[in-house]
Amino acid sequence: MKLLKNLLKTPAFSIGMGLFLTALFIALVVPFFYDINIATRVGPAYMPPNSQHWLGTNHMGYDMVSLLIDGLRSSMYVGLLAGLIATFTGTFLGIYGGYRGGWRDDSINLFTNLVLVIPQLVIVILISSMLTDGRSLTLIALIIGFTGWTWSARAVRAQAASIKSRDHIGLARVNGSGTVSIVFKQILPYLLSYVFMVFIMQTASGILTEASISMIGLGPFDTVSLGTILNDSMRNEALNDGAWWAFIPAVILVTLIAFALYVINTSMEGVFNPRLRK
Amino acid sequence: MLKQHPTLRYIVLRAGWYFITFLVAISINFFLPRLGAGNPVDVIMGQIGQGLDTQTAREREDDFLIDFGLAEVDEAGNVLRDENNQPVSTSLWSQYFSYFGMVLQGDLGTSFMNYPRGVTELIREALPWTLALQIPTILFGWIIGNVLGALAAYKRGVFDKVLFPLSLLTSAVPFFAFGLILVYLFGIHWQIFPSIGAYGQGLMEGFNWPFISSIAYHYVLPFFSIFMILAGGQAIGMRSMCIYELGTDYIKYAKWLGVKESKIVYYMFRNAMLPQLTGLALSLGMMIGGALITEMIFSYPGLGLRMLDAIQNNDYPLIQGITLLVTVCVLAANFSIDILIGFLDPRVKAGQRGS
Repeated sequence: MKLLKNLLKTPAFSIGMGLFLTALFIALVVPFFYDINIATRVGPAYMPPNSQHWLGTNHMGYDMVSLLIDGLRSSMYVGLLAGLIATFTGTFLGIYGGYRGGWRDDSINLFTNLVLVIPQLVIVILISSMLTDGRSLTLIALIIGFTGWTWSARAVRAQAASIKSRDHIGLARVNGSGTVSIVFKQILPYLLSYVFMVFIMQTASGILTEASISMIGLGPFDTVSLGTILNDSMRNEALNDGAWWAFIPAVILVTLIAFALYVINTSMEGVFNPRLRK
Repeated sequence: MLKQHPTLRYIVLRAGWYFITFLVAISINFFLPRLGAGNPVDVIMGQIGQGLDTQTAREREDDFLIDFGLAEVDEAGNVLRDENNQPVSTSLWSQYFSYFGMVLQGDLGTSFMNYPRGVTELIREALPWTLALQIPTILFGWIIGNVLGALAAYKRGVFDKVLFPLSLLTSAVPFFAFGLILVYLFGIHWQIFPSIGAYGQGLMEGFNWPFISSIAYHYVLPFFSIFMILAGGQAIGMRSMCIYELGTDYIKYAKWLGVKESKIVYYMFRNAMLPQLTGLALSLGMMIGGALITEMIFSYPGLGLRMLDAIQNNDYPLIQGITLLVTVCVLAANFSIDILIGFLDPRVKAGQRGS
């Protein structure tokens, strides 16, 4: 609670959180007021913004505002799901390895480093280009989540290893607590704020990875995402036609969400690490 | 012998580790495309086979099967077929080993869409453009970013208040987003810089002024799209490293002793630099991976554009070849930095010796 108060005192945190909550509001609440329609033509192709369609239409004559809200929802869904998977996997392997040490730690470490040096984008491109059909939004989130956990495992491991040697852990062990109980009751609570920061970064990277993948044409078939909007606009000459409304709003949305999450993360770092405060 | 030479021991251990990673990377590259339906040749034949007559399609399929070592071949070099006229496929293991052997010889197979050109040849054509775009951009971005970050940390005040949020914003902007906005604003809306290709159309390739100036002119937008984001990211990293260094005892002690300010800044800079080197390695290693999307947006004739083509045409061998190259570059960059840091920072070697 005290932490939250401190966080809210930091202007950066409020700005980042405000931006993110606004995005969440647009994605989840606005559809109740705005008639989302992404499957019928509402005007000619690349119709400029007007009073009825605030952001004009895309190459098919579909309403851009609807597409953007739907895309935003998909992107946030992918980001949060991929972020959750990556954070859980990374945190679990990191804490377990860091606490147990020995050969278990070594093998987890070896595996983590192995996946860490192979670029995530490469694996995601290879998998996505192979899945020519049935590439759903959830599947893409799973792929991103299960290929992106490595750095969080490493970071959490370092934290867990440093907590391991504290007195109360030794005390718990002498009292006969098992590994699971120590990991969850003695180590995890100390790392929660850190894990939360990891989750924020994983979500941001999930959103960006999905956008990149969709932009090069390997995105979901079943839904609109901010990345597929960009891909559509690029393939259909929106840039050369000067139809800025077909891609600039999507670009701004992706950037703002990533920015909001980065700002939240940095401001939390400032509160948790007194050295950066001044 | 290795016991007496900690440096050598360190290098050998690291080299061994990276070799294992390399083997795993090749294996991933081999197995991933084969996890899908059947073999890649089926997929491609479903596409290109339609326009061809049966005889030609069969010959083409045989060529692909032989090229990729997917089918058993008789003494005459023809593909063996069973009673249903299906090719007799070789075992996964022999495919795996023949793939391995080919990769180690630098042969990445034949491209589907540019048949019969080799993947290696296609990559060799595109690679110089990618390197020419990326290496100077990354080096510049890294240097400027680090200098700005160190300044922000040391001066604080207004300078930091302006620079820090700005860097945070630029580093949060995805490559593609920034690239798209640059293309639209400077290339199409204001028409100040060209936004497509690496040089003007109809120019003689060679060492002549119109060609070289055209290359420079086309270089501006892609350069800035990478430079700004990279410099922002490096500035943030350097800033927090320097703030950390400034809080350490040796700096306080040096200040207390009255050591000249320039000297203190030098110490701070040098010690904060080491982790930043890892950042440089990562950027250099991810250069090709990061360039993919930038090149796609600017239609820059490097590997990224090739990759986009390959993805749109289901050209598995070319996709595989480029992703393998990206991976190898990342491995090589990481390895060099490991070695460099091993020499620069004695603590690393000491840690390796085990304690």
